[in-house]
Amino acid sequence: MSKLLTMRAAIAELVQDGANVALGLQLEQMIPFAAGHEIIRQKKRDLTLIGPISDILFDQLIGAGCAKEIVAAWVGNVMMGSAYNFRRAVEQDGMKVFTLTNFTVALALQAGAMGVPFLPTRTALGSDITRGNHFFHHILSPFEAKEPLWAVRALNPDVTIVHVQRADREGNAHCWGNFGVMVEGVRAGKRVIVVAEQIVEPEVITSDPNRTVIPGFLVNAVVECPYGAHPSPVQGYYKRDDAAFRQYHEHTKTKADSDAWLERWVNGVEDRRAYMNQLGGCRVEELGVKRHAYAAQTDYGY
Amino acid sequence: MTTTPAVDISKKTPPTSESRGYTLGELMVASAAREIHDGEIAFVGMRLPLLAFVVAKKTHAPNAVGLFENGVIRATPASELIYTMADPANILGATQCLDMMGVMSLLQSGRVHLGFLGAAEVDRFGNLNSTEVRGPKGVVRLPGSGGACDIASLAQRFVVLLEHRKQRLPERVSYITSPGNGDGRGWRKRVRLPRGGPSAVITTKAVLRFADDGEAYLASLHPGVELDDVLADTGWRLRVGDSMVSTAEPTAAELKAIRDYDKDGFWTK
Repeated sequence: MSKLLTMRAAIAELVQDGANVALGLQLEQMIPFAAGHEIIRQKKRDLTLIGPISDILFDQLIGAGCAKEIVAAWVGNVMMGSAYNFRRAVEQDGMKVFTLTNFTVALALQAGAMGVPFLPTRTALGSDITRGNHFFHHILSPFEAKEPLWAVRALNPDVTIVHVQRADREGNAHCWGNFGVMVEGVRAGKRVIVVAEQIVEPEVITSDPNRTVIPGFLVNAVVECPYGAHPSPVQGYYKRDDAAFRQYHEHTKTKADSDAWLERWVNGVEDRRAYMNQLGGCRVEELGVKRHAYAAQTDYGY
Repeated sequence: MTTTPAVDISKKTPPTSESRGYTLGELMVASAAREIHDGEIAFVGMRLPLLAFVVAKKTHAPNAVGLFENGVIRATPASELIYTMADPANILGATQCLDMMGVMSLLQSGRVHLGFLGAAEVDRFGNLNSTEVRGPKGVVRLPGSGGACDIASLAQRFVVLLEHRKQRLPERVSYITSPGNGDGRGWRKRVRLPRGGPSAVITTKAVLRFADDGEAYLASLHPGVELDDVLADTGWRLRVGDSMVSTAEPTAAELKAIRDYDKDGFWTK
């Protein structure tokens, strides 16, 4: 059964006001910016944003007023440093942030994926991150005497949104590059939106099952959206648009500047196609693959 | 480490990049690179350490392996300058590209020798704050831990890089994002961290190391930096190591490795 939807329909149907939304799970790669921008255009409100690090997408959602609270290890602009909407929201508006670490975000999602209430870890013993933080509970190992550990509470996002290179119409998806916590996030998600650069026939997926990171039965919607991760990179499709991250940093230092940026790049464009047109053909061409690098053939024969 | 000399407020003109023949960034990268021993497994996923890994691989540590929190494991440096660990150049030619859980599991099980960290503040006992600091206009919210707390908790040792300013080197951080030696000797054992702790803090003026009691001491001064300047710019009475030396300047091979890679000086200008 085809689950192909437009981005507009997928976000309208699957992201409700007040939802816990996990996105940006592959860290700096394949960040679902097009989906995030559609969330902004549809004026979704009171979202809890979940991710390990967020390289400016959370900042945009916060600036647009979509977020109520954040569950993350790091929110900023990776090459430039701080992200200003996040800072304004926390420093001036008292937005709630549940601070985790990268590893404990992975553990929380993995616990959710496994259907257990928590997973134990030795990280963050002695760190203030755990203080007054309901994601952490001090426990003793049941198997060794006096072995303290942190139990990290399971996270099951209402919606997990990921970007991949290719998927079939049912949501079986191939991805290559770094995964971060995407596989855990998809398994933990109550609903899943897969955004793909390309929709392919099922035979393409089953020709290389080791590259399948998402089985379609976990997926609620598949969206075909070329350049949907810009300005983050998609291996084999386009590189990182470093200038865009620099410009975002420069153009969002004040609330008024940030509003203008959102008007120009999000609310002022209808969809990703219009966004790419605004970016301009030269820039898009410049970001494209200049030298292909194909992997060695893989023989699944027997 | 014994005495803390009185602070002399008279200062000479600091040397410039031109008079030294290298930038402070280059000196820090070369110093960081030397912290990676040949054959070691190192977390190198941010800013200057991305370059330190390149330099180490091309000079004294050809068998070092780089781990990145996004799931990448590399035996060779990326072929061009990268701004983030997930840049396509860091994927191409990697040994393995999988998930965060895999590399963090290696870290937790004790397989990772060292990791590099940055922070807004590092204190007398090597504790790091990258969560929030008090500024003139109130609390400033910083991006947060990322994987820093995990690396500080679980690597066999960690190395910190930061700008040497009094505000960034307080006696005690107001918030421990990433645990160093806590309040001193035996603290990591008491809180049951499995291993590790800070081994060096490389600043823009000096290199600090840690004594058995968990406290930092001045191990080397960067060339051209006055001792009094470092002591005045540190937020506690910094002990001076008995065998304090001058930080070794970058070699020609190290500078070549840095400049071949960071051509426009984005990280090291």
